[in-house]
Amino acid sequence: MSLTNYLVLAAILFTIGAVGVLVRRNAIVVFMCIELMLNSVNLTLVTFARASGTIDGQIIALFVMVVAAAEVVIGLAIIMSIYRTRRSASVDDANLLKY
Amino acid sequence: MDTAPADGLITSAWLLIALPLAGAAVLLLGGRRTDRWGHLLGTGTVVAAFVLGLLCTLQLDGRRLDVELFTFMATGSLDVQAGLLFDPLSAVFVLLITGVGALIHVYSIGYMAHDPRRRRFFAYLNLFVAAMLLLVLGDNFVALYVGWEGVGLASYLLIAFWHERPSAATAAKKAFIMNRVGDVGLALAIFLMFAQLGTVAYDGVFGAVGTLAGGTVTAIGLLLLLGACGKSGQFPLQAWLPDAMEGPTPVSALIHAATMVTAGVYLIARCAPIYDETPTARAVVLAVGAITLMIGAIAGCAQDDIKKVLAYSTVSQIGYMFLAVGLGPVGYVAGLAHLLTHGFFKAGLFLGAGSVMHAMNDEVDMRRFGGLASRMKVTFVTFGLGYLALIGFPFLSGFYTKDAIIEAAFDRGDGWGYLLGGVAILAAGLTAFYMTRLMLMTFFGRPRWEPGVHPHESPSVMTAPMVLLAVGSVLAGFLLVVAFPLEAWLTPVFGEPEAAEHVVAPLVVSILVTVVMALGVLTAWLFVGRREVPVTAPVRVSAVTRAARRALYADAVNESLFMRPGQWLTRALVFVDNRGVDGAVNGLAATLGGSSSRLGRTQTGFVRSYALSMLGGAVVVAGALLAVTAG
Repeated sequence: MSLTNYLVLAAILFTIGAVGVLVRRNAIVVFMCIELMLNSVNLTLVTFARASGTIDGQIIALFVMVVAAAEVVIGLAIIMSIYRTRRSASVDDANLLKY
Repeated sequence: MDTAPADGLITSAWLLIALPLAGAAVLLLGGRRTDRWGHLLGTGTVVAAFVLGLLCTLQLDGRRLDVELFTFMATGSLDVQAGLLFDPLSAVFVLLITGVGALIHVYSIGYMAHDPRRRRFFAYLNLFVAAMLLLVLGDNFVALYVGWEGVGLASYLLIAFWHERPSAATAAKKAFIMNRVGDVGLALAIFLMFAQLGTVAYDGVFGAVGTLAGGTVTAIGLLLLLGACGKSGQFPLQAWLPDAMEGPTPVSALIHAATMVTAGVYLIARCAPIYDETPTARAVVLAVGAITLMIGAIAGCAQDDIKKVLAYSTVSQIGYMFLAVGLGPVGYVAGLAHLLTHGFFKAGLFLGAGSVMHAMNDEVDMRRFGGLASRMKVTFVTFGLGYLALIGFPFLSGFYTKDAIIEAAFDRGDGWGYLLGGVAILAAGLTAFYMTRLMLMTFFGRPRWEPGVHPHESPSVMTAPMVLLAVGSVLAGFLLVVAFPLEAWLTPVFGEPEAAEHVVAPLVVSILVTVVMALGVLTAWLFVGRREVPVTAPVRVSAVTRAARRALYADAVNESLFMRPGQWLTRALVFVDNRGVDGAVNGLAATLGGSSSRLGRTQTGFVRSYALSMLGGAVVVAGALLAVTAG
């Protein structure tokens, strides 16, 4: 099985994630789409590690997972506190960060 | 031309300046406390200065004495010693200034008696006398310049003495600004002397002037002439002097007839060694004098304001003096003699005019006078003597000194000499015309007074100076030309007089001038004395009369050549400043502010739009990297 398929799959997953971030309003869904993008990148890293025969990519993928785990903790906490104050999980309702 | 250190009483010549200066200081700083006796102090200082000046002059004995005082400025190579030069020339001026000045101070006690600011008037007059004495006594150009500016300041303050009248305030500003034009010339001349010779002392400059290049000397001469023209109301800066008549009449008599306006003549006579080196500048002096004496005489013929007639007469007479000093060594003494006699009779005429105005409730329009001879006998007689002296009636002052100038002009011997002599004789005829017109309109004919005017003779404190000045007007010419020749007195300054070769016999000149003068008087009688004088000036008059009434359009020329373009320039500069400089600064700020607020609009607060811009940015970066690696 060619490594190209993994890359194509990673590209498809990344695109789904990116589009999801842009078009969905629900903060939880947006968050999940971000995770999807991260994981597609992980897939790419592992694929290239395999292709080059080194483990550098795999190590970076592990780092990404650790960072993602920390990010999930903080992100969910933010979403929860916003939900508590605004009674809404829509990202468009939290729009005070502007000019 | 060597100077010696002063000795005897002359070492205290500085008191001449210090006395009136102290008077001015006391009166100005003392405030209302000095109101009661201020006029007496002001008069006293000038009388004391006159006595001191007289004693110094008696001790002078034809020497040139230097009174060292202190170091005025010592910076780098500029070392100006404050010193006084007491020589026959400055002695003559000291006596004129303090003598006529003292008489006019006495007169002012009466003339300004009802003015609430009389003390201040005397303070300014004292300030003027002090500055004028510094001008003539200084032994270097910087001292002269300080005095020069001082008299300009005093003149400004006194013209605007009744500053609640807009016309007086405007006239003062006009005088100050036009004087400033001349003062720039004087200042530049002094700078040039210092740059070229490294000194500003009279002795240093006059001793070394022969070593300068011809062009430089001519430039110095012309710049000095510009200064002299400004101060003396000579063409092309003559327009301020008639307007200066807005000041109180004693001011007109002292400053704008007898002393300050003759400072230009003093300057040119004092700088004789400079003009000896530059025939070009001397010829320009001559031309300025000739032009001015005609302008003044023509304008004087058509004025209805008694003081304006006298003012234009002053312009014209100073033109005679410029003409004389422009003739070179043959003319200096003639010009200065005319300056002195003019100081007497013109001051007397102004005081007489002031007396008339005093009697007529400050009316100055001669068309409203008439028939005053019987009401004001003393004024009439003194004024009449001054009038005869001015028009050159035989054996009075003007006859001797004016003839001397005209003779000196003819003595040039060339065509120019005849032209200048002819112009001077013609102007003598015009002088006779306008002064006779003034006499006839003021003292003779039917009274044309405003209702409610009751003319009366002035108090004796005013008439006494007029009588003394009238005596001076009668005798000064004889004394200065025949009895105690000014020529001999001034020999230490101007050198031995050359035995003049007369091209036209003096007797012929005298007869010619007298005939022309008689013609002028006769014409005036035909035009004015024989007929009724209309109370309002006729409107339908010839173009010549219209031009003369407007003083040959001097104001119009100044306005269109200098004032309007100046205003345009200021407006253009204001426009450039507002729109150009301010516009650039404000425009830059507005552009930055506007674009930043427009850029700020992209910060919508919607997370998804931020995400989109991040994506876009990432795509751009990726595209750029690809392009670089592929390329």
